[in-house]
Amino acid sequence: MGFINVKKKEVQIKVVYYGPGRGGKTTNLEYINEKFRERIKTEMVSIKTHGDRTLFFDFLPVDIGKIHGFDIKIQLYTVPGQVKYNATRKLVLKGVDGIVFVADMQKERRESNIKALEQMRENLFSHNKDMLKIPLVMQYNKCDLKDEGIELLSFEEMEQDLNQELKAPTFEASAVTGYNVVTTLKKMISGTMIAFRKELQ
Amino acid sequence: MYGVSQEQLEKIDTVLTDELLSIGVHNVIVIDTAGNTISQLDRGECSCDVASFAALAAGNFAAVDAMAKLVGEEEFSLHFHRGESESIHFSRVNEDLLLITIFGNDVSLGFLRLKTVEVIDRIREIWSK
Repeated sequence: MGFINVKKKEVQIKVVYYGPGRGGKTTNLEYINEKFRERIKTEMVSIKTHGDRTLFFDFLPVDIGKIHGFDIKIQLYTVPGQVKYNATRKLVLKGVDGIVFVADMQKERRESNIKALEQMRENLFSHNKDMLKIPLVMQYNKCDLKDEGIELLSFEEMEQDLNQELKAPTFEASAVTGYNVVTTLKKMISGTMIAFRKELQ
Repeated sequence: MYGVSQEQLEKIDTVLTDELLSIGVHNVIVIDTAGNTISQLDRGECSCDVASFAALAAGNFAAVDAMAKLVGEEEFSLHFHRGESESIHFSRVNEDLLLITIFGNDVSLGFLRLKTVEVIDRIREIWSK
């Protein structure tokens, strides 16, 4: 849950990038870290395995300026995507204000996307949060692989699998090239800002 | 999203200054279990990245808590890491808050633990109002 500090005139908002393993969550954060280097005062924190997979989480705080006189600090987290790390994913979701679900467009990853979304619903439920009520943006990642002849699911198929019930804003993206990475983040920020404005009122 | 009053935050800062910074603690941070920083005070010697520290501390605390439950414990009451020149002590204040102190070799762990018990009681009282 985001914290409004009236003394420091500062708001901290927690956004978690969630999704199946090797889906591009860390790559999203790496791109944002590079693109907005001048706004990010610190180094990105990554807790990785020896095989360079996320073990606990990645963390990147981004200052996005002032709203109603409050400094807005967006704290971006990823979860480890590997199936065996669900206990850790649950921990990272604690107090989340917004979620970017990074799904993999490759046909062979269809089941993993669906399972990850279902597990996210359960994990949020364990924190008394309803997936349908939390600000959420869907990102269908790896659309660039189409040019390399890899079989991808269509946008409609992705929507049918993951977004029928949620009806969340959706972007096709390529975290590797940066395509729609910032657009996804902006959409996420605007979603959480609506919640902040309501809180102020 | 949630917040507390400016008066509550000021009272917390006063308690941290009077009870912990005054005994030589280098840095004291109150965070919530989601990793947000509620209050942070130091003696002007702190160069650490507080936002990252808070995120890691909340994750670390939650992981140790989950491990305690796996071995049938309600919680591990002492979370402490000793370094060569800086050590870190973690305590749970209440269901929402954690208190972290960073201190050097000139502060005794026993005395710090006594002080943190006192501070925790007072923060709980301030927070509940």
